[in-house]
This record gives sequence, C-alpha cells and structure tokens, in this order.
Amino acid sequence: MTSLPTIDHDSEQQADLADEHAELEEEHADHRMFGLATFLVADGMTFAGFFVAYLTFRAVNPLLPDAVYELELPLPTLNTVLLLVSSATFHRAGQALKRNQSGQCQRWLFITAGLGLAFLASQMVEYFTLPFGLTDNLYASTFYAVTGFHGLHVTLGTIMILIVWWQARSPGGRVTSENHFPLEAAELYWHFVDGIWVILFIIFYLL
Amino acid sequence: MTVAISPPSKKQSDGLQPTGWLRYFSFSLDHKVIGLQYLVCGFIFYLIGGVLGGAIRIELASPIADFMARDVYNQVLTLHGTVMIFLWIVPVVNGAFGNYLIPFYVGARDMAFPRLNAVAFWMIPPAGLLLISSYFITGAAQSGWTAYPPLSITTPAAGQIIWILSVLLLGGSSIFGGINFIATILKLRQPGLKLMQLPMYCWAMLGTSILVVLSTPVLAGTLVLLSFDIVAHTGFFNPSLGGNAVVYQHLFWFYSHPAVYIMVLPAFGLVSEILPVHCRKPLFGYTSMVYSIMTIVILGLVVWAHHMFTSGTPPWMRLFFTIATSFIAVPTGIKFFNWLATLWGGRISLNSAVLFSCGFIINFVLGGITGVALAQVPFDIHVHDTYFVVAHFHYIVYGGSVFVIFASIYHWYPKFTGRMLNESLGRFHFLITFIGFNLCFAPQHWLGLNGMPRRVAEYDPQFTLINQISSVGALLMAISTLPFLWNVVQSALSGPIAGDNPWRALTPEWLTSSPPPVENWSGKAPLVTEPYGYGVPGEQLNLEKTSNSDSDLGSKSQ
Ligand code: HEM
Ligand SMILES: [Cu+2]
Repeated sequence: MTSLPTIDHDSEQQADLADEHAELEEEHADHRMFGLATFLVADGMTFAGFFVAYLTFRAVNPLLPDAVYELELPLPTLNTVLLLVSSATFHRAGQALKRNQSGQCQRWLFITAGLGLAFLASQMVEYFTLPFGLTDNLYASTFYAVTGFHGLHVTLGTIMILIVWWQARSPGGRVTSENHFPLEAAELYWHFVDGIWVILFIIFYLL
Repeated sequence: MTVAISPPSKKQSDGLQPTGWLRYFSFSLDHKVIGLQYLVCGFIFYLIGGVLGGAIRIELASPIADFMARDVYNQVLTLHGTVMIFLWIVPVVNGAFGNYLIPFYVGARDMAFPRLNAVAFWMIPPAGLLLISSYFITGAAQSGWTAYPPLSITTPAAGQIIWILSVLLLGGSSIFGGINFIATILKLRQPGLKLMQLPMYCWAMLGTSILVVLSTPVLAGTLVLLSFDIVAHTGFFNPSLGGNAVVYQHLFWFYSHPAVYIMVLPAFGLVSEILPVHCRKPLFGYTSMVYSIMTIVILGLVVWAHHMFTSGTPPWMRLFFTIATSFIAVPTGIKFFNWLATLWGGRISLNSAVLFSCGFIINFVLGGITGVALAQVPFDIHVHDTYFVVAHFHYIVYGGSVFVIFASIYHWYPKFTGRMLNESLGRFHFLITFIGFNLCFAPQHWLGLNGMPRRVAEYDPQFTLINQISSVGALLMAISTLPFLWNVVQSALSGPIAGDNPWRALTPEWLTSSPPPVENWSGKAPLVTEPYGYGVPGEQLNLEKTSNSDSDLGSKSQ
C-alpha cells in the first residue's frame, strides 16, 4: 500500500471542501436575505389575517347605535409621510455605505431612527386623544390591536436601526461596505413595515 | 482509505460541542442531532398523548361519565388533540425527518440556518411542558384543539391562556422550521443538482413549508386576538360584546385545514422514498407527483370552510368550498395510483417498512373517501360534529401519518443508529397496530352515522357495544407500542450491525457511514441525479459510482 496516492486523494478532497466552503461563504449573506424575506412573507400573513378580520367585521357586524368610533385624519397622514420619508432616508444610508462613507451612512441612519421615534410619539398622541378605548366596541378593539401590533414592529425596527447605526461607526463598527448584511436586513424589514402601514392607513382610515 | 476531514464550515467540530449521547441534550447545531431530538421528543409526547387517548376510550367504554368528571374529560380531550397534532405529528413528519434527510438530499452539510434550527427545536419541549403542566396547576384548557369561542372564552381562563401560549410557541417553532426548509431546498442545493432531480420528500417538504409560512402566522394572530378576548375582555369573537365568533372559525381553519396537509404531505414524501427502495423500482410518475403536491398546496389554501358548513355559511360559499374540496381528491388520487404503480410488478420485500407503508395506503384511501363524502354539504350537515368526523380524520392522521412515521423509523433506523431492527418484532408490531387501529376507528363511522356526537363524555346507551369494540381496538393499539419500544431499545444495544447501506438504496443519505459523520460525507458530497434509478440498466453502476463505501455492495446486488 503506497501512501502517496492516498495523500494526493485526500488533499484533493480537502481542496474540494475548501472550494465548497468558499462558495458557501460567498452566498451566505444571500441566504440570510432570502430567509428574512420568507419570514416577512409570514409576518405579512399575520397582518393579512388582521386586515381581513377587520374588513369582515365592517361588512357584517354593524356598530351598536351608541358606540363611538371616529378617527381623525391629520395625525395618521403625518405618520404616513414620516414613514415614507424614513424609507427614503434609509435608502440613502445604504447607498452611503456602499460608497464607503460611514459618516454619511450614520447620519442618514440617525435621521431614519428619529423619524421612527417621531412616528411612535405621534401615534401615542393619537391614542391618548381618541374618543374611544380598547374595549369600547369591536372596531375600536380591532383598531388598537392592529395599530398596536404595527407599532410593535416600528419599535423593533427603530431599535434595529439604532444598533446598525452604532455598528456603522468608523473605525470600530462591524457594519462596513463589506459587511452590509445587517444594514440591508434592517432596511428590508423597515420597507416592509412602511408598506404594511400604507395598507393599514388605507383600510382603517380611508375606507 | 479515507481520512475524516473536518470541513472548515462546520463550527461544532471545534470541540466545544459535547460529543456522544450528551449532544442529544445540548444545543447542537448538527441537523442530524436536531432531527433525532425532534423524533425522540415527539415520541415521548406521542406516549403522553396516547395515555390521554386511552383515558378517553376508557371513559367511553360506558355510556355514563364514571371514569372522569365531565370537565376533566374535556381537558383530557383537548390535551390529547393538541399534543398529538402540535407535539407529535407536525414536529416529527416535518422537523425530525426533514432535518435529518433534507441536507443529505440537497447535498449539503447542514441546514441553511443551523442556529435558527436549534432554536426552533428547543422551543418545543418548554411549550409541551407548559401545556401538560397546565393540567396539574391550573386545570388545562377545555375547549378542544379548535378552541372555538365563545366556549374558549367562557371556560376557565388560566388553562386556555396557557394553551394559547403553548400553541404560539409551537407555531413559531414551526414557522422557523419552514423558513429553514425552504431556504435549504431552494438555496443550498449542490451545484449541478436540479429541482426536478430531488427526491420526492424534498418536494413534499417544500410544499409543506410554503403552507407553514403562509398559514401558521394567521393562526398566531388569531390566537393573540383570542387571548385579548379572554384577558382584556375585548369582544373580537364574543357575540355578547358585539363580536363575531364565525370570523374566528374562518381564521382558525385558514390555518388548520392547511395544517392537515402539513401533517400528511411530508408523509406522502416519506412513503415515496421508502417504496422504490424496497420494490427495486423507480418511483412511478415523478413529474405528476411533483405537480400534484403543488396543486394540493394551492387548493389546500382555499378549502377551509368545509369545516364550517353548519356555521351559518351562506349557500354560495358552501358551493364553492364543496367544489374546491372535491377537486383535491384529484391530485390525491394521482399520488395514490402512483404508489400502486410503483408497487406493481416490483420485487417487493415485505419488511416492516413496506408493511407500514402499505397499511398507510389502505387507511389513507378509506380516510380520503370519507373526506370526499364529508365535503358534500347535504351529507356533512348530518354527520358534522359526530363520530363520523372523528373516524375520518383518524384514518388520515393516524392511519396515514402515524403509519408512515413507523414505516420511516423502520426504514431509517439503520442509518440513525448503525444497527438493524428486529424484523419479526416489526411485523408483529405492524399486525397489532393495523388490527387495533381499524378495530378502534372503523366502528366510529357507524357511531357517527347513527348520531353519536363527538367530544361528549356521555352517550345514548344504544351505542354501548360499538363503543366497547372501539375501546378494545384502542387497547390493542396501546399494546402494540410495547414490541416497538422493546425493539428500538434492544436493537440499539445489540442489534446486528447494519453497514452503510443495508437496503442498497440510491439516495444520498445511504452513501455514507451509519450513523453518518458530523460533516455527512467524509469526502465530497455525492451528486445523485437519479435518486430512483432502481432496476434500470446501470443501477449497478450508479451504486458503485456514487458509493464511497466498501465493495460488498457489488457482490450482493442482483
Ligand atoms: C381527500 C381529502 C380530504 C377531504 C375531502 C376532507 C374533508 C373533510 C371535511 C369536509 C371535514 C369536515 C367534517 C366536519 O367537521 O363536518 C374534515 C374534517 C377533518 N379532516 Fe379531512 N379531508 C381530507 C383529507 C384530510 C387529511 C389529509 C387530513 C389530515 C392529515 C384530514 C384531517 C381532518 C381533520 C383533523 C378533520 C376534523 C377537524 C375537526 O373538526 O376537529 N383530512 N375533512
Ligand atoms: Cu379540512
């Protein structure tokens, strides 16, 4: 038994494995974005369930005569603008990162987080000024449950943005033009949350 | 001579992860360990669920509620259904076999997201413990596995809330698993392996995972709303507060009809792996099989209201859902005939795996027939919520999925452990399971047709004899677990050594040692483009070419 061929064979295998590994590494971020997108489809289905429930309630369960359910438009319209603008600013942050301008990137991220916080604050104001509470009637309950669930998403997104903002600092941050997955993931999530808000706005405020 | 190479992509080969049996109790990232964790954990819950089911049959052996108080009966019934569905069948047909097999089938060394995978598994034991312990601490939920309001709002709140928490955890686990399977199948296939060359179980898991990702979140949202109704006294589903209980039913069944396919599609896939190996024939109608799985996925999303024909559902809706449901019989029938055609003229070895698979085919046809009958409104309004429905779904869920789980254990045990199971004990196990199962559930068709309602601890004395026959069947089913358990434990300790590929199978999990090394294949992953190339010219060649193991394969095959 000669040992030379075996060694050759093994090093060949090792080379194969190394190739395979390199390939995997290259595609890794890709997989994570794919996984996140799949998760967002799932998350979107939760909202879809809520929206359909609300529309069904509207269609078949009329409010009792003395029930109060009135929404004002100004604040939520402002909120819609805040979120849409924040999607744009997030996009700018991503572009800045690609150009390796971490200072710019951080600035845009900071603005985006600020817009998210402004949205949450203005939603709080709306909650406290509305003439109905969580358990007052069916529409009221659904309104609070669904906007609250969306608000949770915004809260989570804002936290994510602040983390990415911190990690995008230069030097020392881990989010760089090479490692842009965290930023892209947060961005995709944020666009998703904005998109859901637009649908929510149409269904709850405009219809 | 091959040298074990620890591939650089494997994080646990750094020695920090425990080895040996201890790793089954660890946060292991190895898909094979996680698969077996799912399997054993699921089986423990199966035993618990079985005891609960046995308690139900003892109670129903007499027409009065003498064995348990009525509210205890409700709790036992609810726990039985919830445990069997969410802690046994769903985690095992998806999580256990999916995790073990899918990376092999796509030629990968692990799932796409190993850490998420481990998290998904470790959500299950706490959820299960939470559920079971609610019985002892606060009293378990009493409103059945469907948790229909207003019943679930008016029965004691603590147990119901724990039930909701537990199901939310299990649903989350299932969604994480689904995401992982989709990403693994679509993104981790080794270069050169096309989708239409994948073993059928991959397709089944892809379809199932799509259903999981699309429908489970709706259940989660619905249960959150239900918990508001219980805790915060909102009125989403509470008619006395202006809410709408039927909306709950729609949302619930939007998940739970797909859920029945989440339980049975992977079983279809597993049978499609087992039969060709033991019949030495290619799987018949591969392409039609793939298309029928995908058709079932799409149709499965639009048939849910066949569970609600008596819920004041308007006539146009009943008509639509009757037609859509009846259509599902077509792809299902295609699969059935494909299995028969696979068996036809094959050189079948009637071992335990094949026996359980054939048992599955027989039971599933019976359950499918009663299913199509139930889809017809004029029939369903008479038997809805009777024992006929109980018989229908046990024929599918037990006679179908559980039989396939046993077939799969007999088939893959040599791979899992490196040892063979005892065949005689296996056949004996099959025989009493098959007899016990049919004795338990066939008479329930008659009970239902004659008007015995489900979910009630007491019944009209005229049904006594048939119920007792059914209970005897349940006793047989309980007994049938014993030879199985003995076999599994005994063989693990002293069964004959299996070798790498005792069935001379062609799929990639057999082209490595038993049990496989951490990195799945010690060398490069074999590229298997014809997983079912049995009995065709060149099979011999395939086996030798793709096998990186010993040479005794060549001498043994035909
Ligand atoms: C040929 C396909 C099938 C058809 C046409 C069908 C039809 C039906 C119908 C119409 C019902 C409602 C009966 C009622 O409550 O009045 C039902 C109940 C049920 N089916 Fe099927 N079914 C089929 C396959 C399956 C499969 C594959 C499974 C599971 C793996 C399954 C599991 C169930 C369960 C669990 C219930 C009872 C749910 C409950 O009320 O607790 N069915 N089926
Ligand atoms: Cu159904």
